[in-house]
Amino acid sequence: MATVELAFSALPVHVRTARLIVTAVARRSGVEEELLDEVRLAVGEACSRAVEAHRLHCPAEPVRLELHDDDGRFEVVVNDAASNGKPVDPLPAAPPRGGGAGGGDDPDSLGLAVISGLVDDVEIAPTPDGTQIRMGWPVAAHSSGSN
Amino acid sequence: MDLKVNDYTTDDGLTVINVEGEIDVYTAPKLREKLIDLVNKGKFHLLVDMEKVEFLDSTGLGVLVGGLKRVRAHDGSLELVCTQERILKIFRITGLTKVFGIHDSIQEAQEKRKGQK
Repeated sequence: MATVELAFSALPVHVRTARLIVTAVARRSGVEEELLDEVRLAVGEACSRAVEAHRLHCPAEPVRLELHDDDGRFEVVVNDAASNGKPVDPLPAAPPRGGGAGGGDDPDSLGLAVISGLVDDVEIAPTPDGTQIRMGWPVAAHSSGSN
Repeated sequence: MDLKVNDYTTDDGLTVINVEGEIDVYTAPKLREKLIDLVNKGKFHLLVDMEKVEFLDSTGLGVLVGGLKRVRAHDGSLELVCTQERILKIFRITGLTKVFGIHDSIQEAQEKRKGQK
């Protein structure tokens, strides 16, 4: 079972709440202070993406997060249930080309670009229900599982 | 947290937009509306002061890129004031440092603008 599980209605207003909760759990789990901005931003991106997907395909379904604190690693799993029969886009291999003003404002690809640029330990995969984004950060050895 | 967006126009025709708070999927529409409103009013040279922005995600980046597209359609400009490393990092990751002029202060942006005239 996850250390913390979180489900929220697919509304933009709740994304900030999710960011705050995940950052608080990450801090408590022992993620270094200098990584918390990265956690906050990456989780915000993943949740924003899930909210937009749900609003398009299944607005009544909540977005679900699992936070795990095991084996010297803090892991966040963001699941959406917005399967539309299409496989998830692969992670972009590089930032948007030249950042051209024409292509840089696609929020979905930009969000995935930010996640892949920020987080070294990330997997994005299709699930039977939709898409799963799994992100991990190291925790200080003495902090894991404390409190 | 609410996003506060205020603007004023300097004597040399530069419209400075002060943004304060968190720019994310919930608040970004407010900034988008402000940029659209300014362009509709004929303000095509915009400087977004991000020194009081506490959080910026890709939705916010998208709004800034959208604003840039709009002003460029009128031969305008959209530049930024930002010295916060946590905000600059997201511009670097996405390659958008090459797209936006990013200044350390409003004064520096104004001086560079005068130099280009």
